[in-house]
Amino acid sequence: MPETIDILNALTLMTNFVFVPALAYGSQLALGALGVTLVFGILRFANFAHGDLMAFGTTMTILLTWALQAQGITFGVLPTALLALVPAIIVTAVAAILIDKSVFSFYRKRKAAPVVLVIASVGVMFMLSAIVRFIMGTEDRRFTDGERFVVRALDFKKWSGLDEGLAIQTTQAITVVVTLVVVTALFIFLNRTRTGKAMRAYSDNEDLALLSGINPDRIVMITWIIAAVLATIAGTLYGLDKSFKPFTYLQLLLPIFASAIVGGIGQPIGAVVGGYIIAFSEVMLTYAYKKFGTYLLPDDLAPSGLVQFLGTDYKFAISFIILVVVLLIRPTGIFKGKVL
Amino acid sequence: MYLIGESMTGGYGGADILKDCTVGVEKGEIAVIVGPNGAGKSTAMKAMLGMLQLRLGRVVLDGKDITKLTPQARVAEGIAFVPQTNNVFTSMSVEENLEMGAYLRRDDIRATMEQVYTLFPILKEKRRQPAGELSGGQRQQVAVGRALMTRPTVLMLDEPTAGVSPIVMDELFDRILEVRDTGLAILMVEQNARQALNIADRGYVLVGGENWRTGTGHELLANPEVRKSFLGG
Amino acid sequence: MTDTSLNTGPEKTEAEKTSAPMPTAIVQKRQSPWRAPLVFLAMAVAIAAVGFGQSWSVALAIVNMSLVSALMAMGLNLQWGYAGLFNAGVMAFTALGGLAAVVVSHPPVWEALNAGGRGLTLSAVIVVAIIATTAFVAANLKGKLRSFTIFVIVVAGYIILRPVFGEAVSAVEAVDPARTGFIGGLGLPIMASWIVGGIFAAAVAWLIGKVALGLRSDYLAIATLGISEIVIAVLKNEDWLARGVKNVTGLKRPVPYEIDLQQTPWFIDLVSRFHADTLATAADAAARESMLRQLLIEASSAFVKIAYAGLFTVVLLIILALCVRALNSPWGRMMRAIRDNEEAAAAMGKDIKARHLQIFVLGSAIIGIAGAMMTTLDGQFTPGTYNPLRFTFLVWVMVIVGGSGNNLGAVIGGFLIWFIWVEAEPAGRFIVEMLSANMDPETPLYRHLQDIAAPFRLFVMGLVLLIVMRFSPRGILPEKVRHS
Repeated sequence: MPETIDILNALTLMTNFVFVPALAYGSQLALGALGVTLVFGILRFANFAHGDLMAFGTTMTILLTWALQAQGITFGVLPTALLALVPAIIVTAVAAILIDKSVFSFYRKRKAAPVVLVIASVGVMFMLSAIVRFIMGTEDRRFTDGERFVVRALDFKKWSGLDEGLAIQTTQAITVVVTLVVVTALFIFLNRTRTGKAMRAYSDNEDLALLSGINPDRIVMITWIIAAVLATIAGTLYGLDKSFKPFTYLQLLLPIFASAIVGGIGQPIGAVVGGYIIAFSEVMLTYAYKKFGTYLLPDDLAPSGLVQFLGTDYKFAISFIILVVVLLIRPTGIFKGKVL
Repeated sequence: MYLIGESMTGGYGGADILKDCTVGVEKGEIAVIVGPNGAGKSTAMKAMLGMLQLRLGRVVLDGKDITKLTPQARVAEGIAFVPQTNNVFTSMSVEENLEMGAYLRRDDIRATMEQVYTLFPILKEKRRQPAGELSGGQRQQVAVGRALMTRPTVLMLDEPTAGVSPIVMDELFDRILEVRDTGLAILMVEQNARQALNIADRGYVLVGGENWRTGTGHELLANPEVRKSFLGG
Repeated sequence: MTDTSLNTGPEKTEAEKTSAPMPTAIVQKRQSPWRAPLVFLAMAVAIAAVGFGQSWSVALAIVNMSLVSALMAMGLNLQWGYAGLFNAGVMAFTALGGLAAVVVSHPPVWEALNAGGRGLTLSAVIVVAIIATTAFVAANLKGKLRSFTIFVIVVAGYIILRPVFGEAVSAVEAVDPARTGFIGGLGLPIMASWIVGGIFAAAVAWLIGKVALGLRSDYLAIATLGISEIVIAVLKNEDWLARGVKNVTGLKRPVPYEIDLQQTPWFIDLVSRFHADTLATAADAAARESMLRQLLIEASSAFVKIAYAGLFTVVLLIILALCVRALNSPWGRMMRAIRDNEEAAAAMGKDIKARHLQIFVLGSAIIGIAGAMMTTLDGQFTPGTYNPLRFTFLVWVMVIVGGSGNNLGAVIGGFLIWFIWVEAEPAGRFIVEMLSANMDPETPLYRHLQDIAAPFRLFVMGLVLLIVMRFSPRGILPEKVRHS
């Protein structure tokens, strides 16, 4: 039997390297997937430009962060980016509405097949990614400031007397708190307000919504505003937590789509659950359990290899395999979304 | 008449489906459109709702020409419509369905909702349940209830009894009679011609997009030609 | 037709309701028979302008990659234009073609094979065993027991496989990692890889198609996008296979090397005859010699590019001829019938899934061939450079802009879009120079402006795609609609 101290060490190890990072990453995916799923539910197409909308929103946040910092304004222990978030969201929402007016609305009015809108979103993706690169270039940027840690590994070791440390970064804590607030607010909006219910009605049955006098143009506009809010927050949180690099945001598209589809596309609750499923699977399957095993197993059984299911480079494969399994077994996703 | 589609002629771009077809209904009356498959019954109703551009003819509501109005505008004018299929928001609760019916209203809707619940008591019981989980008959009640939430003056029903059992059908017709007694004009397309004409104050038999026979429900039921052609003798 | 759908706009026709790729114009204008030749002529003029204005070397490089791009666009056009399949994994098939170039042409690395060959073979045997038992179980068991047994087999198989494979891989990768560290290839002529690349791509496409083709368009797009990322991840990380991000360089060529040509008597003779007038102006023998050497360097480079262009053109013409014949055959008509109205085609007894699988495999094979050709042209295989914008979505732009459903459209799309892709960067730089002409080179804004020339091409691509979709949704050379 392993001793209690070993079990505690193993648990701390898992919390530090698996639970906390996966929770933060899952929150970011959940916010991204919520945006994709709302756009799908209302506008009925998979928006390939969503990753770049996230990058655009983050770019706006970074610019405003720099502007604030240049004025000597910071947010104390918190990252200045949080202050910049609100104006950045407004800019991104305006951009999203302009994109809709100049590109998507044309095809919507002509009742074009959804796939035409998907291709149009590819065009938007190209242009947005160019604009982001015009402004930010292509290199990696970190834009977080303030206090780096909520809990420091050393402090934790001292406090607990364990061999393993637990570190929680400010950005991780912020990610989880902000996600909680945003998701709660969104659900209250969708379930309690007249406009939110109208959005759900429109997503559920467009024809009947029109018959009930719901104005489609207004619903579409609100959808883009919410998508922009979610994209900017998701992108900024991801950038704060890791770093900002335009290309990674394009690559985020895949786990985000996977989250939305796994949860059931068009279902907000599904997007959130899907985000955490994908994130935890990615982190857990690419984590090397060697040290974890060393704590829990007797010395002679201790693992010799890394005990890693897949290399970290294959994390795309994980979200994708989950996606395929769900599509084959339950095409509507966990929460019975629409079948494309 | 309160609502009338006069000499309606038109179709979906191609050949005319409706040919000089006239259908109307008075307040406090039930008018039923019957006829064989492909006679243009639903098309006639859709024309009156504005989902079909008329080439000739006009639609008049309470003396006002509404031919040029969009379906949404006609809804605002007091016409409510219950489609044949997909007529409830399946993912939303019964109560939310009713709220969405009253979307255009800015006043207090609780009284109207109570009226709907009095009319369809089962809905009050199930008001927290998603409409998609209800039985076929209950769904139809939700659909009618949703339409009544706008406090319309005209209620249009497209084959409300399609796919429900005979017992449920009788109950539904009873409810529709109750709705009529509140002073609404009700226009219905029905496949179950005999039962529908039984409760109809006014009946229209369409064939090939034209008026074939018109009369009160009982006149038509008694008409040997109508009986022979499609009431099965 | 449902009777109750509220449709404020004009009633949709049946064809529009199903997955017609692009909003088809209702009134079809009869196309001028001169349209295609004129478009190609204009393209030739544009390339010639680059030759005179910039340099012939750039112009020829554009032609070569345009030929490859045209082939990729044709492969995608087969899938999208003929069958309405949304393949967002073009990148994967291109890279598989590139892998074929390495596997076929690189000489085997015997040392590595001796070190890890047995382990790799054993791994392959284990994988086959896992697949075989899984298939057996899948066929003979039912319900929960089946899922559980398959799960156990896969997990157990993985646990057995992992150490065997890991050991073999480390053994292979330890062999002279700076130069090889991989198993090498077959040492065959690289042109053979064009066919092998097609086969690789077709095999993977068959697997993907089996799983994903039942899905509707958006899902298929996401699924193929995902698979393409996985393929690239494998190529980047499995160093034993093709060195991963360490790249395989110096692949053999199907055409002569410049340095050899410069020594070859007939080539020297040809160049001196061609440039006789210029050479005659030389003051003395030494000047003539150095002048000739310069001309030889230029001419040999051009010769190599032209040789590639010739080879590529032959491949393009063969595949184009096959595609055109296929499109006009009963098979092609059936494909379009399925695309335009899947339900009606299914009702007529067409096996839609099998047809889709067929065309998906064929289209991917063409992309694989193009991928192998591209790696041949580059002379190196660099998995790190594959990204979906350049290798998937750019090809999409080619097909949409060229005209989906028209093979010649795909070809012109490949040429035009590649041309813009290459020329957008100098154009961007030109604009930047205009903007920053009066700026102080020390300011951060000036330095920043110098960086934006590169993403300018992304901007132009998006703009071209959106403009064509909006104002000419059927592309430059639209699909010809035949009325029976």
